[in-house]
Amino acid sequence: MENNERTGVFSMLVTNEAGVAARLTSLYARRGYNIDSFTASPTNDPKLTRITLVLTGDDRKFNQIFTQTAKQEFVHSISLMEEHDLYRELLLLKIKASKKERSEIKEIVDIYRGRIVDLSNKSLIVEVTGESEKIDGFMNMMENYQIIDVCRTGITGLRRGDRGLGEE
Amino acid sequence: MRLNGSELVMEILMEHGVDTVFGYPGGAALNIYDALYKYSDRINHVMTAHEQGASHAADGYARATGKTGVVIATSGPGATNLTTGIATAFMDSIPMVAITANVADNLIGRDAFQEVAISNITIPVTKHTYLIRNINNLESALRNAFRIANSGRKGPVLVDITKDVTAATINYKPGKPLPVNPAPSFTEEQVQQVADMINVSERPVIYCGGGVASCDAAEELNELMAKADCPAAYTLMAAGCVGYDNPRSLGMGGMHGTIAANKAMDRADLLIALGARFSDRVALNPEKFGKRAQKIHVDIDASEINKNVIVDCGVTADVKEFLTALLPKIKEKDRSEWVSLAMGWKAKTGDVKSSAADLHPSEIISMVGDMTDKDTVYVTDVGQHQMWTAQYLKHEKTRHFITSGGLGTMGFGYGAAIGASFGLPDCRIIHFTGDGSFHMNLNEACTAVSQKLPIITIIMNNQVLGMVYQWQDVFYNGRHSSTDPGRATNFPALAEAFGAKGYSANTPDEFADAFAKALKETDRPVWIDCHIAKDEFVLPMIPAGGTVEDMIIG
Repeated sequence: MENNERTGVFSMLVTNEAGVAARLTSLYARRGYNIDSFTASPTNDPKLTRITLVLTGDDRKFNQIFTQTAKQEFVHSISLMEEHDLYRELLLLKIKASKKERSEIKEIVDIYRGRIVDLSNKSLIVEVTGESEKIDGFMNMMENYQIIDVCRTGITGLRRGDRGLGEE
Repeated sequence: MRLNGSELVMEILMEHGVDTVFGYPGGAALNIYDALYKYSDRINHVMTAHEQGASHAADGYARATGKTGVVIATSGPGATNLTTGIATAFMDSIPMVAITANVADNLIGRDAFQEVAISNITIPVTKHTYLIRNINNLESALRNAFRIANSGRKGPVLVDITKDVTAATINYKPGKPLPVNPAPSFTEEQVQQVADMINVSERPVIYCGGGVASCDAAEELNELMAKADCPAAYTLMAAGCVGYDNPRSLGMGGMHGTIAANKAMDRADLLIALGARFSDRVALNPEKFGKRAQKIHVDIDASEINKNVIVDCGVTADVKEFLTALLPKIKEKDRSEWVSLAMGWKAKTGDVKSSAADLHPSEIISMVGDMTDKDTVYVTDVGQHQMWTAQYLKHEKTRHFITSGGLGTMGFGYGAAIGASFGLPDCRIIHFTGDGSFHMNLNEACTAVSQKLPIITIIMNNQVLGMVYQWQDVFYNGRHSSTDPGRATNFPALAEAFGAKGYSANTPDEFADAFAKALKETDRPVWIDCHIAKDEFVLPMIPAGGTVEDMIIG
């Protein structure tokens, strides 16, 4: 990260149609913006998809990302989220765990309010939800064990308050 | 009324006032061309030699008229051949709708013969693209294509239609074009802030770009210059916005701009950018450009504000609407000292004749200017001749100087000249080109011949790729790598072979004679091969990334 660079989370509603992700990633690639994380999901309105994007930059870059994105035909509304808004990420982690290790892993998982969602003789899968910092913290704790597979969804989030995106 | 997809395309085109389209047929486009046959009394299809020529023709048509240019091509190579033309239009914000046929829906994604994902390929160079695989989506896509192309900052939109959709039938009810999106709104406070900045300024300079031409705001611009007693520099895209005789016109700014324009922008205490985008050919060094000035930027595209150069006051607005609101708030103020200082710099820019040759570009251009009327449309290719015509022509009107600015597309000119001929059939079209640019797309001569277009092509033939040759001379110690190809093309003979008329000129007299004869032609194109020297350079010149301090004058 260069000076004044920080993480920015953009939340947007886009037309729910094939190729929208390609259009967005093409835009960011050709303008030289690296995407740190990208999540997309349908909404209550079948015509719209919610996308949460995490990028790194300074104010000027964020302004470019915002205006370049906002003018795309398929973008209905976009917002640069603020620090105090609500962010969540989900982690699925498969680790080697002998019978002996199981209980101590469970202790850590409980502290992080996670759940063990799959269990076999030699391994288990943990699910943890929370802000990215919490997931990072949990991952640190798990470094003492042998990680087989890890999958994080990337950040998704909503602005706090009564209004929806585009009504701000 | 029951129509097939291709007939639906025709009806929607007619609803949008389209009576001329440019294109090239092919297998996937057979149904569309069958409909063009049926509608040939209402829609004139101009077939070019190559799809690229058709795309530049649609672009040239749009630039000359302000209407939407329409180009049609088949799938695969037909579609990819459009991309340079689409990108050219995109970079200069020209409204265009490109309609391509693709393979049938059941073949999509199977690497079928002449299949290409043109709606993906063109994403970076269009405002939007559509791939239509269902007849029910066709009408809406076409209507939206025209809306998008003409809303806000204009530009090209591509509609790719699978072959089965062009044959499928649907009930069609005549409709109206969708209204364009409203221009971004601005506030009274913003108008007042800009007015205050102008009113207190001692040394303001307007820097106007293609946006002024696009929204037809030349009149308001000239009014602002007069009321505020403010000189103006223009970009290549805005040539003609400020009349040649305007006593406050500084000429073109930027890399090959006038001393006056560049010096005035450098010395100004206020820079008023109108519909311009601080490109690297004008704001060569974004940190030092207009370094003494407060900066105002008015542009219809919010993403242009603070993109290249940080400004003190950015307004997202249609330039014409904004100037209309601004003018009553501008105080008349005598800035004659500043204007005469800046215009004094202009007087110092003389014609540059850097070689001892018999025929100089400046002479050719002056003669053309003197021998043609005010309605003449000048179209250029890209390179030295383009800069010379930008510098030496006495631009008086917008839409009468047609050139590829942003993308700098060599080979743009002939297609664009053909398009302009259809857009402004009562105007004489003069096509300036270089031997390098012309070699790229001179095949369109066959189109000009078959359409009986008296386009006059003036070839500034220096036997080299002049602009790159010049850079190699200045920055690469004269290592002329691949710019001196030793071609032996006999242009007059080639013109005759195409069925056009060809002349050759080695002196001003020979040129005047050939050009006078060319002007008498009414139904066939003419080429005049003008032999100029290869050491004739475009000056002044500010090297890339430089400032006015680095200007090479002669």
